Formats: sequence, structure tokens, C-alpha cells
Amino acid sequence: MSSHTTQAKEPLIRMVKRDALSQQKAWGIRAVAFILSLITGGIVILMLGHNPVSVYISMVKGAWGSSTVIHETVKIAVPLLITAIGISFAFKMKFWNIGGEGQILAGAVAAGAFGLFTAHIFPKLPLVLLMMLAAIVAGGLYGLLPAVCKAKWGTNETLFTLMLNYIALAFIKYLMNGPWKAEGSSFPKIDMLVPGARLTKVFGVHWGWILALILVVVSYFYFNKTKQGYEIAVVGESNNTAKYAGISVGRVFKRTMFISGALCGLVGMLQFAGADYTITEGTAGGVGFTAITVAWLAKMNPFGMLIVSVFIAMLERGSNAIQTQFKIPASASDLLIGIILFFMLGCEFFISYRLIRRGKEEHHA
Amino acid sequence: MAETAGNAVKMHHVTKTFGKVTANKDVDLELRTGEILALLGENGSGKTTLMNMLSGIYFPDRGEIYVKGKEVTIRSPKDSFALGIGMIHQHFKLVDVLTAAENIVLGLEGKAVVNRKEINRRVAELAERYGFELDPSKKVYNMSVSEKQTVEILKVLYKGADILILDEPTAVLTPQETDKLFAVLRNMKKDGKSIIIITHKLNEVLAISDRVAILRKGESIGAVDTDKTDQAQLTEMMVGRPVSLEIERPDVKRGEKRLQVIDLTCLNGDGVKALDNVSFEAYGGEILGVAGIAGSGQKELCETIAGLCPSIGGSVLYSAEREGIKVQERILGLKPDEISRKGISMAFVPEDRLGMGLVAGMDMTDNVMLRSYKSKKGLFVDRKTPRELAQKLIGDLEIVTPGVDTPVGRLSGGNVQKVLLGREIACQPSVLIVAYPVRGLDINSSYRIYDLLNEQKKKGVAVIFIGEDLDVLMQLSDRIMVMCGGKVSGIVDPRRVTKEDIGLMMIHAGKGEPGSENEEVTA
Amino acid sequence: MLSTLNGLFIAAVLAGTPLLLGALGEILTEKAGNLNLGVEGMMFMGAITGLAGSYYYEQAVLARGGEPNGFLSAVIALAASFIAGAGGALIYSFLTITLRANQNVTGLTLTIFGTGFGNFFGEYIGQQAGGYVAVTDVTKKAFSGLDIPVLSDIPVLGPLLFQYNWLVYFAVAAAVVMAWFFARSRVGLNLRAVGEDPATADAAGINIARYKYLATVIGGGICGIGGMYMSMVTTSGVWVHDCVSGYGWLAVALVIFATWSPARGMLVALIFGGLTIMRMYVNIPGLPAQIYDMLPYVATIIVLVVTSMRQSKEHAQPKSCGLNYFREER
Repeated sequence: MSSHTTQAKEPLIRMVKRDALSQQKAWGIRAVAFILSLITGGIVILMLGHNPVSVYISMVKGAWGSSTVIHETVKIAVPLLITAIGISFAFKMKFWNIGGEGQILAGAVAAGAFGLFTAHIFPKLPLVLLMMLAAIVAGGLYGLLPAVCKAKWGTNETLFTLMLNYIALAFIKYLMNGPWKAEGSSFPKIDMLVPGARLTKVFGVHWGWILALILVVVSYFYFNKTKQGYEIAVVGESNNTAKYAGISVGRVFKRTMFISGALCGLVGMLQFAGADYTITEGTAGGVGFTAITVAWLAKMNPFGMLIVSVFIAMLERGSNAIQTQFKIPASASDLLIGIILFFMLGCEFFISYRLIRRGKEEHHA
Repeated sequence: MAETAGNAVKMHHVTKTFGKVTANKDVDLELRTGEILALLGENGSGKTTLMNMLSGIYFPDRGEIYVKGKEVTIRSPKDSFALGIGMIHQHFKLVDVLTAAENIVLGLEGKAVVNRKEINRRVAELAERYGFELDPSKKVYNMSVSEKQTVEILKVLYKGADILILDEPTAVLTPQETDKLFAVLRNMKKDGKSIIIITHKLNEVLAISDRVAILRKGESIGAVDTDKTDQAQLTEMMVGRPVSLEIERPDVKRGEKRLQVIDLTCLNGDGVKALDNVSFEAYGGEILGVAGIAGSGQKELCETIAGLCPSIGGSVLYSAEREGIKVQERILGLKPDEISRKGISMAFVPEDRLGMGLVAGMDMTDNVMLRSYKSKKGLFVDRKTPRELAQKLIGDLEIVTPGVDTPVGRLSGGNVQKVLLGREIACQPSVLIVAYPVRGLDINSSYRIYDLLNEQKKKGVAVIFIGEDLDVLMQLSDRIMVMCGGKVSGIVDPRRVTKEDIGLMMIHAGKGEPGSENEEVTA
Repeated sequence: MLSTLNGLFIAAVLAGTPLLLGALGEILTEKAGNLNLGVEGMMFMGAITGLAGSYYYEQAVLARGGEPNGFLSAVIALAASFIAGAGGALIYSFLTITLRANQNVTGLTLTIFGTGFGNFFGEYIGQQAGGYVAVTDVTKKAFSGLDIPVLSDIPVLGPLLFQYNWLVYFAVAAAVVMAWFFARSRVGLNLRAVGEDPATADAAGINIARYKYLATVIGGGICGIGGMYMSMVTTSGVWVHDCVSGYGWLAVALVIFATWSPARGMLVALIFGGLTIMRMYVNIPGLPAQIYDMLPYVATIIVLVVTSMRQSKEHAQPKSCGLNYFREER
């Protein structure tokens, strides 16, 4: 009798930490969350007066329907994937690099300095190599700066890297209006890269996609098999433990952020020499931010990032299609990505905890 | 229920589980009105969990709780206060940036505006009544440990609690402060308050309590009147079998000087001296105990020697042989990896096991290689050797784990410590520094750790043991260095001094017996 | 010279107000121990809903042949933007407080979501309206400078202090109230404890979840109002794509410079407001406008580095900020 009353007064829902859940079950929960996020997105579409199913179908078709759009989708996925890999270097050590945008722009500007002004001096191969090198160094240094301050004084890197985005953006606008302004143009823009210096296409898309695939494998090995990858993991778990193990936390910050920025810088070069052939304030185009969600959704696993970046690229490419077909603004992809991510973030809870409803104590194990 | 009428608290068949771990199983407990009840049990026997269900931190899975004769449901700390229950936690629950008085009124109902003058006055009054010395407007981060405890007790009294629960209140106090606290508790008892004191120290149980309730492995073993029992019976009830609580101190011939620390001085984060001209020597084949109130510089001492904390003066010399010639290497200012690159094998078991000594989220293999992964050349890590070592440690030290691939954060406290100590011993150190190695461990694990330390001593290792339990320090150590406010108050022979002597040295720097130190050095 | 300075001051106040609102919202949020990096997103959400609220109200009234009321329109914008910002913060709160998701990533996601939300509905409503969304003069007037009898007419001081739009005074009042709330009120004291040390606050009987939810949601609402300022005042009631463009992030940075004090927030918002518009008032020959645009961001970095070089115990971020609290952790 009395034990009954106690149970009745128990809180309605309690949560209890789960013991390790099997991988299949965990992925099952994630799949359910993913489907729920699509349904939520579908409700938004429904409220706008469209049929969610046909909108989704048209998104998929818009991304995979023909070889032309497939090329476009891959072209979106490549920068996303490389940037996500770059950012995951920093995120793995809990260094919140949200300056991917700025680092991409820095890389693009450095590549542009060679591509736009030395194309008549160098033949294609050395020119492309020069552009790559310049972009890597510029992006790397742009990423290094906040790491130096964090290592030395513990400066908040989130805001630092973010401010660098806006500074890079202002600098590009300055170049467009001033020193790099195309001759004879009535509005601010930068000249096009001469066709002879543009990146060669392989199966219809510039070879950046091959590079991206190589980077997936290399970064996987770097994270899991090398001493430096191990150090990143230790620093990410606990700075104190790293110090105790004789790992110089500052040095790992600097080294890793250089790599992180360098990969983003490389993206800037690919965008400039392989996709846009010029530099605008849209060169980075939000890739630096979207890549964060890619890295996070993939749990910093490079192979996972490959899948997620292709998926997100599909959403972005697909939302262009629905803009023309349904007159739904293309920003819908951001909205949808946000919704999906909210659900994925939320579902992790159900992987780590289980809920017990009042009076329904399960007696297991 | 007539039988519960004379009881302040009665817990009946209370069960609480965390995942697969059953912290309390069908526990019964009675606290009579106006008595001091000692709740005795090893670390991990579920004492704190049980009390947390009274204070509303946890909610029981099953069972009933009666307070002052009525069945109650305690769902939150608020419910608990309303019943007049106040708990003084072992780890102080105080907000650092607030004042004593602000901490005391925290969470209380009252006027929308906090009148600081008024609450300061009332807190001062209350403090005076019970004979505490406290400045109500002092910020907590400026307070000493015993001042913080005072605030904790006042907090509970201010709320008008008449059932007080104290969780290991003496763990952080000197013997003298403990006596003071006990006097206050007796006053409160006279005031009609009912008190539960959680402890695992038998002498304290006998000194303060009226009755003793014993928990073992989450189950209640029974309750006895204090004046009808003795240490041996309590021990047997607590551990489940008659055990000798004697800690062995094997006789080992003291070896050579391994480490010499001279005038070591360093600052803490606030620019205050955390170590002030600390000098001592450590010899092979002995255990040098380090005693002191928490925060007297023990942490900085370990970390400075281990190369984790910068110093502003002094030196640390390590005695080694180079090409057959005895030399003293300066190691102060070197990073941990630089020290080991000099061929010096110094092991350090830090106080914060999962936050510094180990990586909670990594498996045993990755943790075992933490200090040695750099030793092999090349770009890649070698996981084969550490994996074998991990497996060996599991066997040798009887580490309970699902396997080497389980993250160490999932292991129990004792097993975590075995992984850490095992790794450090595996590198065959000549100096071994251990900070609070048995904190939070059950008796069996604790004794296993003492044995391991003694083994190292027999091997000729210089062991530096930072401890908090003076009884353990006095039984285990060959010499004890007492620290106070970052200074060494003296180095004594535990066989020749009393606990009270050490207690005095813990609160007054430089009052040790100078003779004993000289004697030790020349020995 | 003097008139330039006056002009600069007035423009700085106008440009600094959305920053102040965003920073106030984030201060309240962080005081509860939640680091919400979604300020930019919540401002976007407030910007579009505030504008949409006024716009649809006007359209509804006009469709019935009535005359829209400026005051009512402003109140609707205020309420709509508050609710939108609060709604964004509610998603954040649910994920971080109840579902214990990582605060950094959840905040960033909120920014992505909010930015998408703002731009999407901005374009969508524009499409429906046949081009772009814009409110009528009635609402525009409600968001322009006030003409307070007597006070506004004081020479020099009048224009300097008493001719702003009502949101400026709203923001200042919010800062003053919040400063009082933290320093004097019982709830404020409890809230500070929650942000500093939730385990302690919990043991003291404070309902952690409720405090965190309320502070974060109200803070989000204030951020939303800051966003509404961008769309109603800064762009005069017309939806401009990407109109918040980094102001939310500047607001997050301002919180650090204000050392979590609402009163100091007013000062730093004024300074940063000044930096964002300085190029129109102080002309340095040879310095291109785009380089000028870098100023607030460069200043942010400099202040970030300088404040990180000297750490203080009292004027620091609430200690539990960024960490989730879970009572039965074991």
C-alpha cells in the first residue's frame, strides 16, 4: 500500500543513463530522428501550400537527375567535404574554428594573386602548383593567428576566428573595388582567370574531387594511426592530461590549426581556379559554416563526412531546383539543414539515456 | 505508525540503482530525535547516495521514507528543507563569487529584493550564537577550508533545519579543527537537533556518536549503540570479515638520495605564493609522506617537480649516474617529456585521475601509451606493445573491466586508479609521486594500493606519498613532511610524534621539531 | 567639428542599439550558464517576424479599408520579434538543457537555422507581395525619432539625447533593469548561482531547469527584438537579404567586453556602434571604405586578446557557461 503511494508521487518521467547501446540500435535511433526531421521539414513545405513529397522528389531529381546536375552537385560537395575535413582537425581538439569562411577567402586571394597576375609568366602546371601552395600557406597562416593567441593567452577562438571571416570579406570587397577591379567594368568585380590556367576536368568536374577523396583517406589515417592524431585526441579530451603526458598543448593548437586553415585555404583555390574562375564576396558562400554541421553530423569521421557532404550538396543543389519549379526560395536548404541538425543533436540524448515513465520501472539486468 | 513516532527519520527498504549499479538495496535506517548517529561504511558502500535521497538530490527507486513519523516524498532539495533536513556535503556546495551571507540565503523564499545589510546582520547573529567566527560579507573564494565548512553549517542552521546530515565533515580538517567541530555538534545535540554524521573513521565514530548504523556494499548491516561496541566489531560489520586495519611498513634499508628539492618557490594563478622555499630530500627505499590541510601547496609541489607547473625560484636536483659518475641533474623547468628524455624515470600519479592522469574517453590501450607513445621513432603510433601491457595490467592488478577497448571513464574508481598506478609503475620509476591515491576507493582497493607502494619501496624506489588521512600517513610513511600555507613546517618521524603534533604543524608553519629533521638528513 | 562629433554620437547610438539588445539577451543567457552562439540566428528570426508582423497587420487593415495604427503596428512588431527570438532560444534550451546537446554546436546550428529562417521567409513574403516586403509610412513613422515635448527641443542636448526612436530608450531601460536585477533582486542572485555553480544552486533548492529555460528564452526574445531593430529601423522597414550580417556575432563579442555587466554593455555598445558607422563621419584620406568596414571586427579581436591577457575572477564568464548540468551524473 504505502509503496504504491510512493510510486504514484514519483516524478512523471525520469531519465537514466544507458549502458553502451549497440551500434545498430544507435544508428536506428539516428535514422528515426532523420526521418522525423524530414517530416518536420515537410510540414513547413505543406504550410507553404506545396506537396512535400513532390518537393522532396524534385529536390532529389534536381540533384541527381542528369549528368549536368550531378556535376553541379559534386561541385558543391567538394568544397564542403574538404572544408569539413579541415574543420574537424580543429574540432577534434575542441578548438572551435568557425573561421572556415575567412580561411577559404584567404586561400582564394592568395591563389588569385598568382592566377590573375602571373598566368602569362608560368606554364599551367607550375602555376597551378603555385596557386595551391599559396592558398595552403595563406589559409594556414590565417588559421594559425587565433591559435597563437589561444596558446599564449587563452583568447576565445570562437569569436576570433569568426571576426576573421568578416575581415577577409571586407578585404575581398576592397580588392574588388580597388586594386583588383577588372578594367573597364562599371561595377566592382575581379577579372576572370584565363582559361589556360583553369583546373582540368576529370569526368566533367575539376580534379578537386579526386583530391577530396584522397584527403578523406589520408585524414582518416592521420587521426587514427599517427602520433600527431593521437595528440589531437588527447588535447581534445583534456588539456591537463596532455600537459601531464608532455604534450605541448600550444604547439598542437598551432600545428593543427595551421593544417585546418590550410585545408580551408585549399578550398579557396579550388573554388577560384576550378569552379568560379573569379573571386567575389560569395566565393566562400557559407561553406565554412555548413562544413561545421557536416563534420559534426559525421562525428568527425572522414568517411562519414564524405556521405554527409554529398547529402548536403544534394539539398543545396535540390533547393535550386525547387526554387525554379515551386518558387520556394533557395534559402530553404539552410532552413532544412538546421532542422535536420536539430534533430540529430537531440537524438544523441536517446542514445545515451533512457526514459522511465512513472510506475513503469523496467526490471532488466 | 507508532513505532516511528520517536524517530526524526526512518528509511524503510530504500533501493536506488544507477544503470547496472545498485547503490542502495533495501536499506533500513533510523535516526532518533536528539541523537548523533554515525553512518559507517567503506567508500562506495552507498552512504552518500542514501543521504542524498534524504536531501532530495536523488529519488529512490523503491522504498519509503518517514520524517518525524509521517511518510514523505522528497523530490527535490526544496522538499527536504521543508521537512527540516539539512545536508552538509563533503564537497562544499558554495558559489565562489558570492559572499558568505549570499550563499546562505541562496534559494530561500523571501522578498524580491535582497537586503544585504539585513542578511549580513542576521548571519552574524547566528554565527555568534553557535560560536563561529565568520565575516558574512567575505567572498567564498577568499576563504579557508574550515571557513567554508562554517558557511555550510550556518546555511543549514539559517534555514532552521533540525535534522542535520554531515558527509565526511572531518576529512578536510586538522585534528584540532575536528575537536572544535565535535564540540559544536554536541551543542547542537543539546539544542535538540538530530544529527547524522557520515564517516569511515572508527575513532571518530566512537568519539562523537550515540549509535552507529553500518552499510556494506549498499545494504544495511545493522545498528549498534556506540558504548556497547568497539573498533574490532565495527570493522567486521563494515568489511564483512575480521580484518586487520594495520597498514604494513616494511623495514627497508634506506637507499641513496634520489631527489633533492631546494628552496622551491612557485606562484598560483592569483600570483600568491603556493610554494614558499620548500626544501626536502627523497631517498630510495622509503616512503616520504606529505601531510597538510587541503590546498597547502601539495598539488603545486607535485606538479612543479613533475614539470607541469612553472616555478619562480629554487631548484630540483635528481641524482643519477652518468658514465659511472654520480651527478645531480637539474630538472626544474623541464617539461615531462624533456625529463624522460634525459633518461630520468619519474612517475607521477596525480590527484585528478581522469582529468589529468588518464583520458576518460579513451580505452586502456590509448591510456597506457599516454606517457610512452613518443619513445618510438616515426610518424605512426604503435598500439601493439601498449595493448599487451594493458592486458598484463588487467591480469596483474585484477582490474575489473569488460576489456582493453572499454573507455577507462566507465570503470569504477578503484579500477581507474589501478590502471593509472599500474601504468606509472610499469615504466620502472626511480621516483614515484602519488597524490591522494586512495581517495574514494573502497578498503580492498586501498590496501592493494598500499601494498603496491610498499612493493615499490622494497624495490628501492623513492616514493613521495601525498595523503589526507593522518592515520594512514602515520602507518605507511617512513618520514612525514608537514606542509602549511606553502611552507614546510617540518619533517618528522611518524614513530616518534603524535597525530596532534602533526595537526599543530599543519596549522602553524615552522613549529615542527627542528631536531628531528637534522637527524633524518644525517641518518 | 562639434557638429560632426554630435552627429557621430547620434549615429553611434542608433547603430549601437541592436548590438546592445543582442548583448543584453546573451548576458542574461550566459548568466544562467548557457553559452548560446545562436544570437545571430535569433536576431534574424526577430528581424523577419517583426517586419512580417507589422506588414501583415497593415495589409489586413488596409484590405478592410481601414487606417493602420502606428502604435499598434510597433507593438505587434515588438511582440512578434520577441516571440520568434524566444522560440529560437526555446529550441536551443530544449536541446541543451533537456537533451544535453553540446552548447557550442547547438548555438551554431541555431545561427544557421535562424539565418535560413530569416532569409527564406524574407524572400518568400517578398515573392508573395510581388517583389519585396516593405511597411507603409505609418509604421515607418512609428520607428523614427521621437519628438518629446520640451525635452526634444532643448538645444544640443535635445537632439543628442531625446530624439531617438523608442527602441533606443527601450534598450537603455532594459539594460538598467537588468543591472538592477542581477545586483539587487533575489531571483537575480539565484540566477547568478545557477550560472556559476549549478550543483550548488540545485542543492540550495533552486530549480535549475526552470531558471535556465526562462533566462535563455527571455534572453533570446531580447535578441529577437534587437533583430527587429535591424529590419525596422536600420533598413527602414524593408526586408534586405542578410540584413543582420554579423551584428549577432558582434553582440556575442560585446558580452565579453562588457564583462557580463549590462551597465557596461551600454558603453561598449556605443563604442562599437560608433566603429561601425565611423567612416561616414571621420574621413581619413587614403583609407578605402572597405578597410573602414573592418574596424569593428579588428577592434573586437584586439579587445578579445587584451581581455584574455588579464584574467579576473569577478568580471569573468559565469563558471559553468558552456557546460550542461545533469544532477544524477555518476
